[in-house]
Amino acid sequence: MSMRLYLWQRATAALMVPLVLVHIAVIFYATRNGMTAADILSRTRGSIVWASYYGLFVVAASIHASIGVRNVLAEWSPLTDRRAERLALAFGLLLAALGARAVYAVVLS
Amino acid sequence: MHRGSALWIAALVHRLSGLALAIFLPLHFLALGLAIDGEAKFESFLRWTDQPLVKFAEGGLVFLLTVHLLGGLRVLVIENFDWRDGQKQVATIAAAISAIIAFIFLARVF
Amino acid sequence: MLGDLSVSLWRGGTEGRYETYSVPQRESQTVLDVVTFVQRHIDPTLSYRFACRVGVCGSCAMTVNGRPRWTCRTHVSKVAGSGRLEIGPLENLPVIKDLATDMEPFFEKWQKAQGVFAPTKTRHDEIEQVRPDSPARRLADAAIECINCGVCYAACDTVRWNQDYFGPAALTRAWTLVNDERDAGGTARLQAVATKGGCHSCHSHQSCQELCPQALNPTAAIAGLKRRTTAAYLKGEIKA
Repeated sequence: MSMRLYLWQRATAALMVPLVLVHIAVIFYATRNGMTAADILSRTRGSIVWASYYGLFVVAASIHASIGVRNVLAEWSPLTDRRAERLALAFGLLLAALGARAVYAVVLS
Repeated sequence: MHRGSALWIAALVHRLSGLALAIFLPLHFLALGLAIDGEAKFESFLRWTDQPLVKFAEGGLVFLLTVHLLGGLRVLVIENFDWRDGQKQVATIAAAISAIIAFIFLARVF
Repeated sequence: MLGDLSVSLWRGGTEGRYETYSVPQRESQTVLDVVTFVQRHIDPTLSYRFACRVGVCGSCAMTVNGRPRWTCRTHVSKVAGSGRLEIGPLENLPVIKDLATDMEPFFEKWQKAQGVFAPTKTRHDEIEQVRPDSPARRLADAAIECINCGVCYAACDTVRWNQDYFGPAALTRAWTLVNDERDAGGTARLQAVATKGGCHSCHSHQSCQELCPQALNPTAAIAGLKRRTTAAYLKGEIKA
């Protein structure tokens, strides 16, 4: 992996340590008995905080997962490095798009 | 045999958990995206996840997320700070903590 | 009265098969003793490498029951659990014949990583005063005793999965030179280990550290290179 990809992957990893810890706490809280869609959405709708937090998380995760997938494809599949990078980039863009849509769904819809 | 050693397993678990999470993420985003059309679809999806089998799978996902986080943290420390011995122990503790957290999750939802 | 060992040895090149021999077991027998016995008393066509047979040259490394080891320092009693041994050539290297591998790719990568001392003085200059307890010299000393046996290279999964990867030994030597105050390799060497196949391909699996017969720690050395190259990159001294 090139140094640039390495730095992006390690940097997004470090950034996501606190993001994931918060997310695990959110998971525990949200899966409490009886939490409905209304309960969840009433907290996220119109919230700058949730939008920023999850927006950042989506960007970081898309970059991090895409580079990880690139490495796995390059090392474990018969694809060339270039093909692996293209496929991984497409995957990263897909994640970013779906993630942005999910953030929009819970904050703005 | 080095291919069965604790650290080799830790590396494999880290890679496989990352792959599994990468496959899960788009589905997760699609599920949350159901809220675009209003609460009803999102609500029926959430009630679908009440099923024991789904809750069990969610416990598995919590394990994967935590073990990937802790394993990754161990690598970040190796790469950015002075070397410390005891990596096997740290890797084993990371796996144990992840299992405990997943277990607590399951205990709370059942 | 010790029985016989059932010893499977790789015969052939990249294509080949394991052939099994019966070797009398002895007290204090090493795996190298076993291989030597086969070649001298059973099949003289067996090809294998050794030199010092006392653990200082690194020539006799082979795959023993799935693990790369120095055969001269591996006691049969430690590895032949049920009286069986499977011995093959070192992995991740082309096989010349039987148990002998071609070490050329290993050393080519050594060159690519610039694991080569770049002198700054001539015989007419004063000898450099290097304090053995300086932080840099401590780091270099901890990594310097590599005898190029290839065990780490054979053990490394990333070498196996990524043919560009320089491997633990080449990068560890580069690290010792990065810490050598006499050396003039400077940013050129950092750039060399930051290119494709360099230190950033390492996933810190640590098989190298676990198996190095000299108790070296390439994972730590490579982590050091990652830190140095990152700092150099952020200062604009090298390119990504």
